[in-house]
Amino acid sequence: MRAARNLMEVRGVSLRFGGIQALDSVDLDVAEGSITAIIGPNGAGKSSLYNVISGMYRPAAGTVTFDGRDITRVPAHKRAGLGIARSFQNIALFRGLTVVDNIKLGAHSRLNTGLMSALLFRGRAAAEEEQLRREIEREVIEFLEIDHIRDMPVSALSYGLQKRVELARALALRPKIIMLDEPVAGMNREETEDIARFILDMKEELGITVLLIEHDLSMVMDISDHVAVLNFGKLVANGTPHEMQNHPKVIEAYIGKTDAEPTPEETDA
Amino acid sequence: MTFLDFYEYSLIGLLLGGLYALIGLGFVLVYKATRVLNFAMGEFMMMGAYFYFSATVLMGLPWWAGVGIALGASAVLALGVERLVLRPLVGQPTISIVMATIGLASILHGTAVMVWGADQWRIEPIVPRAPFFLGDAMLPGQLVWGFGLASMIILGFVLFFRYARGGVAMRATATDPHTAMSLGIDAPRNTAITWVLAALISTIAGIMVGAMTNVSPELGLVGLAVIVVVILGGLDSIPGTIIAGLIIGWIESMSVAVFGSGVREIVPFAVILIIMMVRPFGLFGTPEIERL
Amino acid sequence: MRLGDFVTDYRAGEAVLRTPVQRVWFAAFLAFLVALPFVGGQYITFLGCLVGIHIIATAGLNITTGFTGLISIGHAVLLGVGAYTVAWMANNGVPFWLAIPSGALLAGAVGIVIGIPSLRIKGLYLAVATLAAQFVLSYIFREWESVTGGVRGLSVPPAQIGGFAFDSDFRVYFLIMPIAVVAVWASRNLFRTRVGRAFVAIRDRDLSAEVIGIDIVRYKLMSFALGALYAGLAGGLWAYFFRSITPESFPLQLGIFYLAAIIVGGLGSTLGSILGAIFMTLVPEVLRAMVNLAAIVSPAAVVYVSPLREIVFGALIVGFLIFEPHGLAEIWRRIRRFFALWPFRS
Repeated sequence: MRAARNLMEVRGVSLRFGGIQALDSVDLDVAEGSITAIIGPNGAGKSSLYNVISGMYRPAAGTVTFDGRDITRVPAHKRAGLGIARSFQNIALFRGLTVVDNIKLGAHSRLNTGLMSALLFRGRAAAEEEQLRREIEREVIEFLEIDHIRDMPVSALSYGLQKRVELARALALRPKIIMLDEPVAGMNREETEDIARFILDMKEELGITVLLIEHDLSMVMDISDHVAVLNFGKLVANGTPHEMQNHPKVIEAYIGKTDAEPTPEETDA
Repeated sequence: MTFLDFYEYSLIGLLLGGLYALIGLGFVLVYKATRVLNFAMGEFMMMGAYFYFSATVLMGLPWWAGVGIALGASAVLALGVERLVLRPLVGQPTISIVMATIGLASILHGTAVMVWGADQWRIEPIVPRAPFFLGDAMLPGQLVWGFGLASMIILGFVLFFRYARGGVAMRATATDPHTAMSLGIDAPRNTAITWVLAALISTIAGIMVGAMTNVSPELGLVGLAVIVVVILGGLDSIPGTIIAGLIIGWIESMSVAVFGSGVREIVPFAVILIIMMVRPFGLFGTPEIERL
Repeated sequence: MRLGDFVTDYRAGEAVLRTPVQRVWFAAFLAFLVALPFVGGQYITFLGCLVGIHIIATAGLNITTGFTGLISIGHAVLLGVGAYTVAWMANNGVPFWLAIPSGALLAGAVGIVIGIPSLRIKGLYLAVATLAAQFVLSYIFREWESVTGGVRGLSVPPAQIGGFAFDSDFRVYFLIMPIAVVAVWASRNLFRTRVGRAFVAIRDRDLSAEVIGIDIVRYKLMSFALGALYAGLAGGLWAYFFRSITPESFPLQLGIFYLAAIIVGGLGSTLGSILGAIFMTLVPEVLRAMVNLAAIVSPAAVVYVSPLREIVFGALIVGFLIFEPHGLAEIWRRIRRFFALWPFRS
């Protein structure tokens, strides 16, 4: 693998909820153009780490650097504009809107229409909407193969398709990094393979860096360039998928202290 | 203002605040159980007062029968409302349910005018009217008795929630309905019970207010003022509501002393507009940490 | 029967009226609006004016409550701000074309102030802030006599443009209706752009909206101010239409009337604002007619008009929320779908 600069660097991030230490001095490097996976049992702090990176939680200590800039104190809503897109573990689509409108919302922070222009739908508003529609059709809807559902309300879609629309919404931002939170949870083999292919295409065709939380270890090992293991809020190991496969710390995290061999499908979701 | 005035108005305000806290308790119960701010609470008070009025004045029954009938009728009303309006809306966004309570308030108000007319009626107070003296301050008897009764009811509820099995079950339902149900707690039944309890509290408060002023369709407006108290107390906190009730009661009484009784009706609302800019979570509410 | 819609380019995909059939219907509807006061009598014209004002106010509340999910109970008092501003200005020689926007802008500004406390927290607080504003502003309308005329209120001279006085319902209609059409058109536009989408995003999921890059604080305030601005606009026209306003003109019940209008019409639907406003304007008229009929038998029935209205408004709110939460707009869509395929499927 070629050496690349780090697009994102997490340094010494700690987070407490009352008496619980959700994150304990976590470090994480995400190389530009890589697929980096974060694994670990439920409650290990993976989602908390995502929430710190996307600005929903403010860490008690530590910094998050993105694209050479310290973003620890940047408000959550300004981080999308820097090129950070994210999907959610429990799908967080806007149920009252169609697929297209959901995807368009992903592009919110790179558009400029103001209130006056929006009310009159003249000038910038009209031009921008038309342009956006064109981009979305070409770059997102075709890419993710969801043309057949574009005008449907998201609430009418199956779980798998909703997950895909969420991916589409994240892509609409044209992000530098995309943070996926269990993108294949609850999917069958075939759907999982589809998503895995999309993730690889994002990296290779669109040049987007991918950060991934996933319990499906076989998929993680297949597509990741780098794997970080969290347990009890601490980073316990990290390295290539191959190095992690039989790493004692990983085995310990997933099935406790024992010498039993972990099966790759081991999930505790 | 002399010191005696200040002292007397302060005490009256605090007594009034106790009554506000009682009405506020009804809001807090429903909010804790269902996350709904019940805008029809004042109308429940008004209906309770009218039930009492019908039993004692129109039918000539003694006061204790009147109270019993009013409580019973209010409980039936609350059960009906829970069944016909709230249960069908389970699972709808909170905003829908809140708007439904606004609609409900409108229905109850209109019904009261239809049935009892728009006039004001007098009811005989249950408690003695004779004033109390605390030092040189003269305090209206009904207010003092009302304060005492309100304090006892509130205390009873606090103890119930803390120690009784049913109270713990209700708290569990409020915190996490799904888990509560899986533990064998009947959540829908608890919600119904909560509404009934709130209606009973409102009825007692309604009779007290009706005896102090008059019974009219506008009696429920007090309920809107008490929404302010509940918000100030943080919506989900009983101690917060008590303290907020006392504060609002005191400010209201003082404002009346200084500016005259014309300002009475808007004092709570003016106070909340100012306070919400400074303390958006209320005085005691917890800022929610949300899981994504 | 109408065949499927074929969209040929992205501009057409973004258009509001997609087919020639839709454009013809829309033109016919505009022609109907122009013709209404000529063919309808005095009473129809009066109702037309009232509907126009209610449509503007309802569209405003729908932006705030229906699309953004922020409950406002005190919408009526914002109409009051617009109406009093216009009334005061008109009495001090300010021309119509300046008074109307001033009323709208001042209402919008008041909206921002009321909206401020609600921004950091969830919707219920805003509901209470608007309730509080309703009482406090009504009090100001009543007590600030030098400006508002106290309990007697203010009378308003007719609107004038270049010496032409809009001094009858017939004439005012042609002032109100075009403004209503533009207001509805603007609110429809809004939801074709990022601004409107951001409102809906806040309503549906406010935290993930933030992750997408929506500044929730800013957009909530914008939505509330915009709703208030529409209310102020409606209030200004109200002043020129009724030509007299009092503190009693904008009670809490009027705010509930508008809540009922958006729920009955359809929360988060521009068409819903129109249908809801029309429906809710007609409801009291029908009730009054019914009670007048009953009064022939028993004259005492007249006193029931006002409580009956309250009961019906409340029942409409509750009933629609339970049985048809998407309101008349959804019923309308269903009817259209039926006729689009008729007679091949029913």
